Amino acid sequence: MTGEPLIQLEGITKTFGNGAAAFQALKGIDLTIDRGEFVAIMGPSGSGKSTTMNILGCLDVPTGGVFRFRGVEVQKLDRDQRSLLRRRYLGFVFQGFNLLARTTALENVELPLLYRGESKAQRRESALRALDQVGLVPWASHSPAELSGGQQQRVAIARALVTQPDVLLADEPTGNLDSERSVEIMLLLQRLNSEGITVLMVTHEEEMASYAKTIVRFRDGLVETIERDARVLAPEGGAV
Amino acid sequence: MFGSTLLLALREIRRHILRSILTTLGIIIGVAAVVTMVTLGNGVTASVQEEISSLGASNFIIFPVRTTRGTIRPFDEADVRAVEQQIAGVDLAAGSVGAPTTAFYNGQDWDTRVEGGTNDLLEAQSITIAEGRPFSADEEQAGKNVCLLGLKVRDAIFPSATSPIGANMRLGDIPCQVIGVMEERGQGGGGADDDDVVFMPLKTVQRRFRGNDNLDYFVVKYDAAYAAAAIQDSLVDLLRERRLLQGDEPNDFNVIDTAQINQALGAATGALTAMVAVIASISLLVGGIGIMNIMLVSVTERTREIGIRLAIGALAREVRLQFLTEAVVLCALGGLVGIALGFGASIGLAALIDVPFVFDPMINIVSFLFAAGMGIVFGYYPASRASKLDPIDALRHE
Repeated sequence: MTGEPLIQLEGITKTFGNGAAAFQALKGIDLTIDRGEFVAIMGPSGSGKSTTMNILGCLDVPTGGVFRFRGVEVQKLDRDQRSLLRRRYLGFVFQGFNLLARTTALENVELPLLYRGESKAQRRESALRALDQVGLVPWASHSPAELSGGQQQRVAIARALVTQPDVLLADEPTGNLDSERSVEIMLLLQRLNSEGITVLMVTHEEEMASYAKTIVRFRDGLVETIERDARVLAPEGGAV
Repeated sequence: MFGSTLLLALREIRRHILRSILTTLGIIIGVAAVVTMVTLGNGVTASVQEEISSLGASNFIIFPVRTTRGTIRPFDEADVRAVEQQIAGVDLAAGSVGAPTTAFYNGQDWDTRVEGGTNDLLEAQSITIAEGRPFSADEEQAGKNVCLLGLKVRDAIFPSATSPIGANMRLGDIPCQVIGVMEERGQGGGGADDDDVVFMPLKTVQRRFRGNDNLDYFVVKYDAAYAAAAIQDSLVDLLRERRLLQGDEPNDFNVIDTAQINQALGAATGALTAMVAVIASISLLVGGIGIMNIMLVSVTERTREIGIRLAIGALAREVRLQFLTEAVVLCALGGLVGIALGFGASIGLAALIDVPFVFDPMINIVSFLFAAGMGIVFGYYPASRASKLDPIDALRHE
């Protein structure tokens, strides 16, 4: 497995709709992402960044091209196989947090483990460890309504981390947060990345993108530029 | 996994407790109706069967009827003996005659009925002696003044602590000695209370109360191995012959087959049960549609949740199982509540209409399983719809 890139997109196209109403969102994306990367995907609305993110998250399949994840051609997998892939290797963080309401932080974090068939004790232990990673152990028994936006997003990150995934996919993770909370979240993502998780993030804020190692810019369904070693803001404590 | 799915389902139901109750009302009412009606039906059947067994299991009851000329020709002992001796398949035949009377003992009095019969009549009508002894052959032949008390008469005129056996009491102005007490028999045919009676030898009643040898009716107990219709035919032929009825003259007597009464009552109970089943099915169907409706609402309300679950790797079948479990748990709880209500209602109603409460575990189990099955049938479509949602669309759902 070493030497092979974690994620490989080759000539990925995506068309929505049929006939005259058809809209080509992606017109041939080539992109390679290695393990340990922290990639920020940027671009104006309609540039195809969210579509790409959905494909990378195995939530959607491309119309054409090849998407290899850990060497597996994802476009050939069926719905359930992609679910298993998500369950095993991917963690999701959304702009709107997407926590289950009226459910405690701890239970939210435990949720992915439920589908792995782990015992209650195992789930609790792993969930508490993940909450510890985001510094929210004291808030474990609070429901989302009792948490601030920043805290909710940290619970969501803990939920994404609890399965110890290879890749963390974050879709506008700071979109609903003020700048102070946003920086907190970015520093957290940086720290997790430095601990070995590959982070893929969609954002339209230059400042947030600057926390990433690589910035990929989209325009009109194509990759416009790839800036490697783009990082200008070092993580706190100066790791890496 | 299944444990947590169950827990989740219970939590969702509790979260919308009023909605859950209203939704399951159809199931609750349906199950309660089935349980109540079947339990009461069993009670009615039991009490009817008790009544019939008091007539005897496979008996003919023969009594004279008024002819077109307005006369009644009673049967007598000779007819009974002829039937018993000349018709194959007849185990025994015994006549009965009765009269109203008043029982007196130790200053107490009680209006009741005296019935004359032999030990054979007691046997044919499945009457057993609870205390004391039946008539002796000598008492029957000589028409002695001995009597067997029905429970009600015994309770009415004898102190409860003492045994009435051997006591000398009076029926009207006829003295008699108590030799036994009959087992409780309950409500008899035609609404008469079979326990409110005093039995004396046939001859005693004929001679002392009626002053003739007539019989009110007689009972023919036949061997169940024989065809009842054939016996009845020979019976009718023999009696017509003995009563000198010409070819086209109608019978001036009636033959009732208790087995037929049994069948007729069984058929009536069956029809009632079928009707209840239809009504209950409609109620359950309506309840099921309610379940389906609310589950569809629930799926729409929780679209985002479904999106989250799918995104973090839930399989389609796991999402389906979650919603299906919720529907089944909802219906099963409705079933339990319905059974509890039905249980209470049938105890209350059984007491009200005076039939025994006969608990039937089968109908309770079947109703419960049926209710749970409704959850599968009517929960499947909403659950399947939830499982087919596109995670991207579901996550975007507001």
